[in-house]
Amino acid sequence: MDAIGPFLEILIGGLLSGVLYSLVALGFVLIFKASGVFNFAQGAMVLLAGLALVRSLDFMTAHAFPFWIAAALALLFAGAVMALTAYFAERFVLGPLVNQNDLTLFMATIGLAFILQGAGQIVFGSDVYPLNLYPTDAWILLESLFTGGILINKLDVWGGVIAGLLVVGLALFFQRTKTGRALRAVADDHSAAQSVGISIDWIWFVVWLASGLVALAAATVWGTKLGVQFSIVFLALKAFPVLIIGGFTSVPGAIIGGLLIGAGEKLAEAYLGPFIGGGIEYWFAYVVALLVLLVRPQGLFGERIIERI
Amino acid sequence: MFYREAGQFKTSYAADMAVFPLRQDRIFVWLFVLFAYAGVPLLALFNVGPFGQDYIFKGILVPLLILSLAAIGLNILTGYCGQISLGAGAFMGIGAYAAYNISLRVPGMPLLFSILLGGGVSALAGILFGIPSLRIKGLYLAVATLAAQFFFDWVFIRIGWVTNYSSSGNVNAPKLDFFGWVAERPVDRYIVCLLFVTIFALLAKNLVRGNLGRQWMAIRDMDIAAEIMGIRPLYAKLTAFAISSFIIGVAGALWAFVHLGSWEPLAFDIDRSTQILFMIIIGGLGSILGSFLGAAFILVLPILLDLAPTWFGVHISVQTVTNLTFIIVGALICALLIYEPRGFARLWAIAKEKLRLWPYPY
Repeated sequence: MDAIGPFLEILIGGLLSGVLYSLVALGFVLIFKASGVFNFAQGAMVLLAGLALVRSLDFMTAHAFPFWIAAALALLFAGAVMALTAYFAERFVLGPLVNQNDLTLFMATIGLAFILQGAGQIVFGSDVYPLNLYPTDAWILLESLFTGGILINKLDVWGGVIAGLLVVGLALFFQRTKTGRALRAVADDHSAAQSVGISIDWIWFVVWLASGLVALAAATVWGTKLGVQFSIVFLALKAFPVLIIGGFTSVPGAIIGGLLIGAGEKLAEAYLGPFIGGGIEYWFAYVVALLVLLVRPQGLFGERIIERI
Repeated sequence: MFYREAGQFKTSYAADMAVFPLRQDRIFVWLFVLFAYAGVPLLALFNVGPFGQDYIFKGILVPLLILSLAAIGLNILTGYCGQISLGAGAFMGIGAYAAYNISLRVPGMPLLFSILLGGGVSALAGILFGIPSLRIKGLYLAVATLAAQFFFDWVFIRIGWVTNYSSSGNVNAPKLDFFGWVAERPVDRYIVCLLFVTIFALLAKNLVRGNLGRQWMAIRDMDIAAEIMGIRPLYAKLTAFAISSFIIGVAGALWAFVHLGSWEPLAFDIDRSTQILFMIIIGGLGSILGSFLGAAFILVLPILLDLAPTWFGVHISVQTVTNLTFIIVGALICALLIYEPRGFARLWAIAKEKLRLWPYPY
């Protein structure tokens, strides 16, 4: 019984931290589905959203706004920044690159990532900014069953709730609205969608905006956990293995992939780490992704990859 | 007016297939090589202008040469064979640590051989991580190389044997003793790097013009069609991985031994990988010349941004310079991908075409 308590605690903590990876992966999936672009800039977008949020929030609380109004205004402001980013990305970077091959688009988003990082840090500053939107204390559950109980961070639970809301919201948006239907049409076939009068420019803007808002949601949680800082960009790279495991085109895949990676790396760190040296959560996700690639390249939930000449 | 090929007749296949078919190009290249090998050391000897300072060698020329070498290596893989890699930094690190361990643990091993063997170990690792490329490609492969990057980062930091159980993770390079000749002055180090770069650039240029290079390019342009034409993807892709990783590994060993002298694992993190990838995107994918141009641009830009404002009496903080570099490099990459996907090397070629006709429009 004594071994089960820590195991459950690590498992739950891992699952909940996996939700954070899912939040970033979700933004990738949205853009990949609608435009076939593998968006390297997602991490930079999380950073930019976080910086815009935390700096405007600090500014307003310093000018004696009540916290809730300040938070709402700051969220609005950060949303506006993401809208601007979406417009910029669509208009100046991806719009002119329509019909180029995947790798060109991928490299363009690496360029975009650097622009966003540089511009974001010049405008909003480049220190570590603490963000306090959510409670950061912990619950201790099931003390009667296990010695010491099971420790669960409230922040991680908040992250889970937000991820759940986003998935439901996105599913409704994709399935129930006119724009959502147009989005699915574009994802299916660019030129066929254009020929029935769907504006690609507009759709891509909407998609980038949606993934910008997902990035903002991720930034609120990650910013509270780590402070808004440059290293968020690298943590966001963890979303790549999540995508490989879940499949590039699947929203549920992004969530489940994130949970698997989160739980897997925490358990591996706790139970394998002592044998081969600590810090294996640094690469565990990538190596798992590599193995998945060898066996099932389309991921668990992705569509089968068919190639034609 | 002076750049005309009129009157230069080629009477043999060898002349026709030469790397520099035009006499003017040959003269220019020989003058450039002469300047690099004799002019620069002489200028340094007599303390002429900036060449009298150590900084120009330590801060600009040596890193420029080594990173150009790494860019050539990555260009073979990404530019010629079309396999995108985000793990160049890791392979540099493998070369560096392997060379370090070989020179440390094999007594009497000449330094030159340990550097080359470091490249060899890096080539083996490249083959290992290249194997997934037979099943996956494009973006998926990018993730596989990212896995290599993070895995080896961890190896360098956590596995004590690699750093000879150094408590801080820092390791010191052995003495730069090339068969009795010790490269101590910055100029000597520059010459060492120059020799390496010249030899490997020539090798690479001739490889990509030959049978193997054509196979790589066929795979890059359309792998399935290439396979149907009788090119074995296994052989073509794995040779690209091996040769590219070998050159990158040698560059890494030089970076550690000749440039840094004493280094920590962070010298080979993902920033280094993206830096080298940017060099080849900006310089020109699928161009040896482009590797040099890109490396020069990426290396000199932050130095210029640091210096330029002081000429106008404006002071910019280090942080702002870093961020400005981010923006300029990012914007340049987007602009080049949109307007000139083959980078500076292509712009250079266009300029030469214009020069052939100048001053007439056509």
